[in-house]
Amino acid sequence: MPRPLRVLVAKPGLDGHDKGAKVVVQVLRDAGMEVVYTGLHASPEAVVKAAVEEDVDVVGLSILSGAHLPLCRRVCEGLRGTGKPVVLGGVVPQQDEEGLRALGVEAVFRMGAPFQEIVEWIRRRAGRSSPSPALK
Amino acid sequence: MDPSQGRKVVTESGIEIKPVYTAADVAGLDPGRPGEFPFTRGIHPEMYRKQPWTMRQYAGFGTPEQTNERFRALIAHGQNALNVAFDLPTQLGLDSDDPRAEGEVGRVGMAVDTLDDMERAFEGIPLGKVSTALTINAPALVLLAMHLAAAEAQGVPAADVRGTLQNDILKEFIGRGAWIYPAAPSVRLVADSIEYCAKSAPRYNAVSVCGYHLRESGATPAEEMALAFGIARTYIEAATARGVAVDEVAGKITFNLNVFGNLWEQVAKFRAGRKRWAAIVRAYGAKEAKSAQLRMLAGGGGGGLTIEEPENNIVRGAYYALAAALGGAQTMALCCYDEAYSIPTEKASLLSLRTMQILAEEVGLCDTADPLGGSYFVEALTAEMEKRILEAEGELRALGGMVRAIEEGTIQRKLARQAYESEKRLRSGEAPKIGVNRHVVEGAPAPAMATHPYDPSWAEKKVKELKSLRARRSSDAVGAAVDAVKRAAAGTENLVPPILAAVKARATVGEICGALKEVFGEFREPRF
Repeated sequence: MPRPLRVLVAKPGLDGHDKGAKVVVQVLRDAGMEVVYTGLHASPEAVVKAAVEEDVDVVGLSILSGAHLPLCRRVCEGLRGTGKPVVLGGVVPQQDEEGLRALGVEAVFRMGAPFQEIVEWIRRRAGRSSPSPALK
Repeated sequence: MDPSQGRKVVTESGIEIKPVYTAADVAGLDPGRPGEFPFTRGIHPEMYRKQPWTMRQYAGFGTPEQTNERFRALIAHGQNALNVAFDLPTQLGLDSDDPRAEGEVGRVGMAVDTLDDMERAFEGIPLGKVSTALTINAPALVLLAMHLAAAEAQGVPAADVRGTLQNDILKEFIGRGAWIYPAAPSVRLVADSIEYCAKSAPRYNAVSVCGYHLRESGATPAEEMALAFGIARTYIEAATARGVAVDEVAGKITFNLNVFGNLWEQVAKFRAGRKRWAAIVRAYGAKEAKSAQLRMLAGGGGGGLTIEEPENNIVRGAYYALAAALGGAQTMALCCYDEAYSIPTEKASLLSLRTMQILAEEVGLCDTADPLGGSYFVEALTAEMEKRILEAEGELRALGGMVRAIEEGTIQRKLARQAYESEKRLRSGEAPKIGVNRHVVEGAPAPAMATHPYDPSWAEKKVKELKSLRARRSSDAVGAAVDAVKRAAAGTENLVPPILAAVKARATVGEICGALKEVFGEFREPRF
């Protein structure tokens, strides 16, 4: 049996609103994934380090302060060449999406995003299904 | 179809609502009179008839000059108090030129580095008249000192400054997350501020205990009150341990509570909360009736607003304001309809102010005190809510009290689980939300929203000013003042006087908070 998918959920920057990040951590754990949560006030460099050290398949960032462009730039630059996809959640205006994609952010999930959509996106992007909790 | 038909109606706090209430439901219940202990019906005898609630929209962004402009605009539109938003670097005790502040300077609030910034932010705003709330927590003493010093520069003595410091660090560990130091020294800072205000700034509320953010983080309305009381008890005990009389301490504590959710449950929460707080304060030995009054800001909560069909949030805000008024709030602020997109635009902020003004001045919410008093339903629900609050207080005691629950992470995990459950109910449609899971227009395009702009040149300006100030000021005087703060932190003396001296010497937020961090260390977040 393949190992379960591993996901880093990170709160880069100074924003302390962690309800959404913690909800997503629980969603992914319930979907059978292994989730590492950075906790608050992680520097972009610390996020990159954790992603590499924890050998995660996908990096999920949660940013509600509006500083997503500069923060994603630093995380994406740090992860370049590692093959780890970056996905963003939080308060993100539509007009910033193009800029985020240019930086390398592959998907943006906003408030109210269906849980299944997030889970399926991660499974699809990582190229495989994680074992369902019932099979463990 | 009547969705309530054939099923139970149960509030978020777990109270089952009957289809009809009668005199039998209120037998033996006497809510008393407004303005009389235990203040279930309100803290003043005539409530809004004598003075409508204070309108205090949260505002601040970019540089102090830009924020000053927004403040003046709000005052010109009839707002009678201010609520200052600080940017994240300021909230975390970092200067604008700190590498960790990159991209965040002036973004979610005003950037403040030194006393000069506070003086500019309040230019032309009389600090003895316009009551000003500072939404600041970990570095609260520094901003309190800057507020008092800026007032002094206007010729207003500390004794006349009208202010409210949010200064509720314990809730930051549970929700909102703007903490720096570990819990114990953080509580000591709160006690210092209470002692200082009790002695030297009698019109300044040292603390605004925030049930608001606990609710946003997953607490039920009953838990919101119970956990807020658990936090307030911690501050009362810390301040009385410093020798401040309980009547003086209670007079320095206000509350910031949330209003999203079922309207009746919020009203009952405010009424029952007042009654419960009166009993708590009296049990600490307070003698004056005024000490037992729960004074509150009610905030139309962001947790109820949606990204879908954002204009619906204007309507939601109006109902939240209605609940706050029916619940007897002293001060009101509403989240704006565009806040799921960015910090509010000026237009959205003004619309929230107008919403409150329409309620207060057009439709009669100020006509009589506690208009729902005596309603079979509301009185019965208030009594039920009091029981639920008491139960939740017991649950917190079982976790070992607020500080232990925070340090061990038990309370954070409990609320995170509840937040997850409520997000599931929203997605399943069990919790109705118009435009989200009811009456959804399939295939409707995402609305084009004008969002609050951000210009990186504001941060550049701020950093340039800070560098020039560092070159101008006396570094010997700053060094000595910051050392004095450090010595006081290592001892037990009140930290406000040395911090006041440091801000007057033009020490920065980052320098003072950095000195405290050297002594106190940093909070370590429990694992999640």
